[in-house]
Amino acid sequence: MSHQIWAVYLRELKILKTRLPMTLAAAGVTPLLYFVAFGMALGGGMTVDGEDYLRFLLPGLVALSSTTQAFSIAGEINIARFYWKVFEEIQASPVRDWAYVAGETLAGVTRGLMAAVGILALGRLFGVHLGLGPFFWMAVLLNSLVFSALAVALAMWVKEHATQMLLNTFFITPMAFLGDTFFPLDRLPQGLQAVLYALPITHASRAIRRAALGGTTDPIALALLALMFAVFFFLATRLVQAARD
Amino acid sequence: MSALAVEGLTKRFGERLALNAVGFSVEPGELFAYLGPNGSGKTTTIRILTRLTRPTSGRVLLEGRDLLAEGPAAVRRVGLVPQTLNLDRDLTVRDNLDLHGRFFGMPKARRRERIAELLAYAGLEDRAASPVKELSGGLQRRVMIIRALVHEPRILFLDEPSIGLDPAIRRQIWALIKKIQKGGTTVFLTTHYIEEAEQLADRVAFLCEGRLTAIDTPARFIAAIGRWAVDPAAGEGMEPLYFNDRRAAIAAAQAGEGGFRLRAVNLEDAFLRLTGKRVTS
Repeated sequence: MSHQIWAVYLRELKILKTRLPMTLAAAGVTPLLYFVAFGMALGGGMTVDGEDYLRFLLPGLVALSSTTQAFSIAGEINIARFYWKVFEEIQASPVRDWAYVAGETLAGVTRGLMAAVGILALGRLFGVHLGLGPFFWMAVLLNSLVFSALAVALAMWVKEHATQMLLNTFFITPMAFLGDTFFPLDRLPQGLQAVLYALPITHASRAIRRAALGGTTDPIALALLALMFAVFFFLATRLVQAARD
Repeated sequence: MSALAVEGLTKRFGERLALNAVGFSVEPGELFAYLGPNGSGKTTTIRILTRLTRPTSGRVLLEGRDLLAEGPAAVRRVGLVPQTLNLDRDLTVRDNLDLHGRFFGMPKARRRERIAELLAYAGLEDRAASPVKELSGGLQRRVMIIRALVHEPRILFLDEPSIGLDPAIRRQIWALIKKIQKGGTTVFLTTHYIEEAEQLADRVAFLCEGRLTAIDTPARFIAAIGRWAVDPAAGEGMEPLYFNDRRAAIAAAQAGEGGFRLRAVNLEDAFLRLTGKRVTS
């Protein structure tokens, strides 16, 4: 089965390669603006939880960027499915549904990790250094896995590309802003905190920040991310099956 | 053993009956055409025969083995050229062919060899490195056809293979399809072009409103009606008159008022006679 996963993954890599400069630029510009606007202009000289705000913000931006970039694989799947109908070419091959999900998830993870590396490079450029031990990368990897698998599931669930755009606007963007990325969750009302605690990015931000600033990990956050990944992967596989009417 | 045997194939989409107990068989090496107007169930049939859509009921035997019970590996024996162009437009022709071979688990050496063969076969060697989006519609259609052959299927399904192409390119596509059949591959194609079915098919099945009406060779369908048709020039709903003898047809045409048109009988006449509808309606 590994050749099937590799074939699906390779297709996405080849497509990514054809528009790599554009993808990198698009992935970098928003975090750069956040970094300058929130980190330097608004938060300059401020401390959060005893940390300089830029050091607090950078792990949040890693979580945010890896989330949005991993999730962006949904757009690629939609284009292949609704516009170019390439999804049908894969459906008409012996590629197993779960192998398809695995290949697309890996493609999302690749984008998520690339985004994380880009943000870290940006931080270095501004003199912000983080601890990049195995716990840090484990948290980034799990976050990318969660949002890639979720992206595949939602891309299979939507019936048209416009719905996908709505999901980005009403679900991913608010989550990316509120999920412990730009400010600690305890600054929000209790009720809202409870809601946000159920979101995967909240746990990813916490795990990434703890590993980046303290070198330790948040095992509960990692376990929850692993569980969410398993659920979304299973769901995505079922939805690929259901795409055969 | 038949290359393909279909028994009682039925597909419902909610209340709509898209296919109604369709049954037929295709012999090895045969070029079998499924002729019917738009919306008659042609694409639904092909989607079921390539496992893209589940039937409501019925059985499909591919070289004697149950296609629907066999699992995804069954499609290794099947090649599909869908109606819509579905190539990766940003990737090159070679990348598209190579990815197809990878999806079907072909080893690298065989994949390379096969791609080189097929590019030469379709006269596309000089376009192998071109991104698909730079090719004309006719060339993209050719790439789609050879892509479906990369994994060496036993039966090739073509859904309206020349739709939207101009007549000259259409003939090139027909020549390629004939060449594939001569190479030993069984071909199943759907069309609503009368001439396409007449020119290419060994046998033709008439499909109308999800029901299979008749199966025969184009020559026998036509012979059953006559050799010549006289169309009344006026009156849209008027049926043509059919004759075996040309002189009788000419006499009938001259005797009529308002002008008549004499022409050879074609499959459209047979379709009209058997279903009461036109393929091109």
